[in-house]
Amino acid sequence: MTEVFGVPVPALLGQLMLGLVNGCFYAMLSLGLAIIFGMLNIINFAHGALYMMGAIFTWIALTQFGINYWWSLLLVPLVIAILGVVVERSMLRRLYKLDNLYGLLLTFGIALVTEGLFRHRYGVSGLPYSIPDAFAGAFNLGFMFLPKYRAWVIGASLLTCFATWFVIERTQMGAYLRAATENPKLVQAFGINVPVMITLTYAIGVGLAGLAGVLAAPATQISPLMGTNLIIVVFAVVVIGGMGSILGSIVTGLGLGLIEGLTKVFYSQAANTVVFLIMALVLLVRPTGLFGKER
Amino acid sequence: MKRKLISMLLGCMLPLIAVGAGAQAKGKISDGTVKIGVITDLSGLYSDLSGQGSIIAAQMAVAEFGGKVLGAPIEIVSADHQNKADVAANKAREWFDTQGVDVIVDGVNSGAGLAVSKVANEKHRIFIDSGAGSTRFTNEDCNPYTIHYAYDTYATGSVTGKAVVQHGGKTWFFITADYAFGKSLQQDTTTAITGVGGKVLGSALAPLNTPDFSSYLLQAQGSGAQVIGLANAGGDTINSIKAASEFGINKKQTLAGLLVFITDIHALGLQVTQGMYVADGFYWDLNDDTRKWSKAFSAKANKMPTMVQAGVYSSTLEYLRAVQAAGTDDADAVMKKLKEMRLNDAFVRNGYIRADGRMVHDFYLFQVKSPSESKGPWDYYKLIATVPGDQAFQSLSQSRCPMIKK
Repeated sequence: MTEVFGVPVPALLGQLMLGLVNGCFYAMLSLGLAIIFGMLNIINFAHGALYMMGAIFTWIALTQFGINYWWSLLLVPLVIAILGVVVERSMLRRLYKLDNLYGLLLTFGIALVTEGLFRHRYGVSGLPYSIPDAFAGAFNLGFMFLPKYRAWVIGASLLTCFATWFVIERTQMGAYLRAATENPKLVQAFGINVPVMITLTYAIGVGLAGLAGVLAAPATQISPLMGTNLIIVVFAVVVIGGMGSILGSIVTGLGLGLIEGLTKVFYSQAANTVVFLIMALVLLVRPTGLFGKER
Repeated sequence: MKRKLISMLLGCMLPLIAVGAGAQAKGKISDGTVKIGVITDLSGLYSDLSGQGSIIAAQMAVAEFGGKVLGAPIEIVSADHQNKADVAANKAREWFDTQGVDVIVDGVNSGAGLAVSKVANEKHRIFIDSGAGSTRFTNEDCNPYTIHYAYDTYATGSVTGKAVVQHGGKTWFFITADYAFGKSLQQDTTTAITGVGGKVLGSALAPLNTPDFSSYLLQAQGSGAQVIGLANAGGDTINSIKAASEFGINKKQTLAGLLVFITDIHALGLQVTQGMYVADGFYWDLNDDTRKWSKAFSAKANKMPTMVQAGVYSSTLEYLRAVQAAGTDDADAVMKKLKEMRLNDAFVRNGYIRADGRMVHDFYLFQVKSPSESKGPWDYYKLIATVPGDQAFQSLSQSRCPMIKK
């Protein structure tokens, strides 16, 4: 059997595949963060909590209302987006003129309160959610069995990432949005309702977190702590990719997933640390991140 | 001559009278109340298996005593140690020094528990740990004021390990939580399985709170071992089992959770966990006593108790019985009584506390029911074997506790 540094190639490919799955979650979450930071200049610390709510709402939808996975895929991100609108309209809006730190503190507070409430209600052990029947089983890729559900996660998140990138970078609507962040007054003068656009941007950003939560529900433990465990890595991804860069967050998210996968093969203890090591290195060489621009 | 005799008699009797009077004075409860401190994790990853439920369990033991022992009221105080050893130690010190707490129970999280144990030894007060798993409580870090009550990693690891080997799982691969607890669990289990003819093929260390275990499982799969031993706890165990079922690994290889609580099974559901072997010190549906107590508990807590919570109830109850029997809440006298007593309640049958502080009681090997076998919520386990305490726990001759003279 062929080997790379003493590791059989099939094992290596298997780990890279799994890394890609994790990378997809990183990419989707960091994408939402990047959009929100890019357009609103808000560091949305509540992102992890919204991801967690996405997963728990999926569970609630199934167990309390009998809403299946497919409907959840549509409805849950919508509900999270509506919550986002409420938060943006009632609280975040007041902070745009202030320093970034105020937005960070507010969203951090929202995250703590939400997590506390859910922990009080649902405990920390987690809630069971089984994989939809359509995705039971696995594909035999030769080097590994890839569960169909994981394959679906890769497909769905790549599609979402591409769609988001396309809308922002290649459509009229996206052009307005980018213009509005550069110079809101001028864009408003052309008759475009900038405040509504900003609200919608926030809603879409957090909706992405909700969608990631729905995708995660069958694959991981649904628990109030799931957001906290992930969000730190996701922030590192955003920093490495460059704050606010859409393409940067997608590419870095996927790339870091792969690197993490590789680390697990060669020195598994460092899997949690490697992301931060890379972050430190990138910041030393390129303080604005790999894809970031000077502001 | 007569006077001499009388004075001699008096001389002999005086010390006795003095001792009697002393006992009388000591017989009074210190500060007029018996105070029980429940130190636990009220908000973090152990709050389901211990937490609020442990406070409820302690309250139930006090209620069984009618809220009074030797005529003095019993009071419960509680604190959240946030899984931090320094917070736990400070709280214990504050309780012993300024609040007159007589005994601390629960002590989930080995790091926090060991910190409390040190303070208890320093202050000469009793600490009965039901929540933590490390075997250090009764080995390197044993002391005369600490009792390790409900379980330890040696018992859960070796009971499960031996059973799985005896059912044909000879070769093992460990997925181990990368900190002291995980490593000691792996080590204890390894000793047990190699003793009955098992073999360890390899292991992978996974950081605490890993969200995705699939890559470690892939390594385990690649090792070709018959059994994948999960030397981790709580959310890590849950995530490992969930991923194993998704990748279909549980069909070809057996999963052995080395420390699994009933709350973990509840969180995962039977579909995913069916057929797994679980070692536990308590199950609500064992006999009439456990059913009666657990139903009363669940009426208050809205869930069935874990062995930690049942252990907190039992340790509080037995402590109060010892206070009553000793006629005082003086720590040394109560500890002496506790080590003499046979313990019998809803949690323990014929249990006893060894010189190294280990409470020895029967352990149980369960297999998780399939969804069709289960009659309703919390009906999860089939009893496979009852393992007598002296076989489940590390023997006194193996103990590395300095208090044990060999």
